[in-house]
Amino acid sequence: MRRGMGLWAAALAVYAFLYVPLAIVVAYSFNDSRLNAEWVGFTWHWYDVLLHDEAMLAAAGNSLLIALISSLVATVLGTMAGIAIHRYNLKSLTFMVLTPVAMPEILLGVSLLLFFIQVLNLTLGMLSIVLAHITFSIGFVAVIVRARLAGMDESIFEAARDLGASPWETFRYITFPLILPGVVAGWLMAFTLSIDDFVITFFTAGVGVSTLPLHIYSMIKIAVTPEVNAVSTLLMLLTLTMIVLAARFAPDALKGKV
Amino acid sequence: MAQLEIRNVTRRFGDFVAVDNVSLNIEAGEFFTLLGPSGCGKTTILRMIAGFDLPDAGQILLDGKDLADTPAEKRPVHTVFQSYALFPHMTVAENVAFPLKMARRPAAEIAGMTRGILRQVHLTDKADTYPHELSGGQKQRVALARGLVNRPRLLLLDEPLGALDAKLREEMQVELINLQREIGVTFVFVTHAQVEALALAHRIAVMDQGRVEQVDEPARLYGFPQTRFVADFIGHINQLEAQVLESSHGHLRLAVAGLGEIIAPPLKDAAVGAKGVFAIRPEQVRIGVHGELAELKNHFSGVVRNLLYRGEVSVYKVELANGALIEALLPNSAPGKAELFKVGDAVKLGWRHDAGMFLRD
Repeated sequence: MRRGMGLWAAALAVYAFLYVPLAIVVAYSFNDSRLNAEWVGFTWHWYDVLLHDEAMLAAAGNSLLIALISSLVATVLGTMAGIAIHRYNLKSLTFMVLTPVAMPEILLGVSLLLFFIQVLNLTLGMLSIVLAHITFSIGFVAVIVRARLAGMDESIFEAARDLGASPWETFRYITFPLILPGVVAGWLMAFTLSIDDFVITFFTAGVGVSTLPLHIYSMIKIAVTPEVNAVSTLLMLLTLTMIVLAARFAPDALKGKV
Repeated sequence: MAQLEIRNVTRRFGDFVAVDNVSLNIEAGEFFTLLGPSGCGKTTILRMIAGFDLPDAGQILLDGKDLADTPAEKRPVHTVFQSYALFPHMTVAENVAFPLKMARRPAAEIAGMTRGILRQVHLTDKADTYPHELSGGQKQRVALARGLVNRPRLLLLDEPLGALDAKLREEMQVELINLQREIGVTFVFVTHAQVEALALAHRIAVMDQGRVEQVDEPARLYGFPQTRFVADFIGHINQLEAQVLESSHGHLRLAVAGLGEIIAPPLKDAAVGAKGVFAIRPEQVRIGVHGELAELKNHFSGVVRNLLYRGEVSVYKVELANGALIEALLPNSAPGKAELFKVGDAVKLGWRHDAGMFLRD
């Protein structure tokens, strides 16, 4: 009994450590005061300010566009990679696709920056950010799709061919419907990763183009205003929704089973 | 001309010869079984007929046409997999309709044919359920219906009853026989279970280590195995090391070390001095007390060492003078009385001069 209480207390402390800062941000976004110091009263004011902040809206627009394009491309490529890794049991491909997942972000950011400027001679901007986001998202999609395929009975695919389906028909009628939950989960994951990303975007954005995380960072260099709290709350809400959706669509894929 | 001709087919995996120069002819409408222990090459042959694997040498001809350049999806051959391989995201009806859809049949025809075959496998009421809601036997029937719905030239069955329990397996055997007779599609059935092969097939090819040992009808295979492997693999058989003393038109006289002489059915060109085994089925061996069985040409004294009661029969294991254990079957026609002889009883074993066979080494 005593020991049970101790464990509960420890768990509570850990959860508090994780969630109290987030709760404070959310709470102060509704605080009717310029200072994050004391609770004055409830207001929607800071959200109103947010909606009229042109720079903020532009950054949010960029973020959504980048997330949409990069997640879609990463989903197509990652799905193909996931299927190829599964079908041909390619150790080298697994390694190549998964390395960016495990690589420190700062390393990936620096190397992409050098690659874009010195090798591709690319002007940094939307395109370089999209390419960078695709790079680090592919691996996540591939892992989820491969996990979805891992537990499946291989003879299903042979049966489809045996019954007259061409390789394309086998993919369309059998493989794709079966991995679809994994593909959707992978896409939601890639979208979330893209919209949240700071480090890699910071290195590959150049001047002129800003995303939501970059813009928030530039704002807090001055002070953590309630407007930052408001935009953080919205971003948190969006990310949470995406993660819940991803888990909903493919609870098994995330657990690595079929 | 046979419907399916397998001509000198060989398939190697590295140094391992999975199928070694196999030739088989399978007739239209036949229920043909490939029987052998695991690793004997029977599944590899099936996969080559289906088109999932290609021979390294030799040809496979269907209706006289070489299949080498026809991919699996273009062959008029369907497979029933051991795992059933039903599509989990499709209903029973959708699973069954799949080959028709791939063949671009009109929708009305697809619906009619699907209904028809589901009725034949007694699954009309399961049309809209998903595979995971079905029992093993029902899944099996869906797999059969899906394989048969567009009347392939051949249906290949890869150990399809392996995952079912004993009782259900027997029921499915009867259903398979009936279905094959009704629909008339040629079945090529792969199994390692000899009881299943004997019960189902019109003809059986017994395989071992990539080679075909013997092709015959079940009763002939059981009654006249031509090699020691076949004799041993099909059913139970007693074996005594023996040597030919005299070979004539009417009979064979064999010497068994430590036991004496056996009169056996004649064997073409069995040379005097040839070594091998005398083999005889347990149900052909008679068992009696001293003084009985004297009318039989072959009779020997022994002691009952084991007694296995199997319900309809009892199996007596009798040790002969040379130490060999011989099994004899006695039907238990009198209910409640299983033990005509007890362990330790001195008994006589005997069999007719035209029973059993000599198998050369």
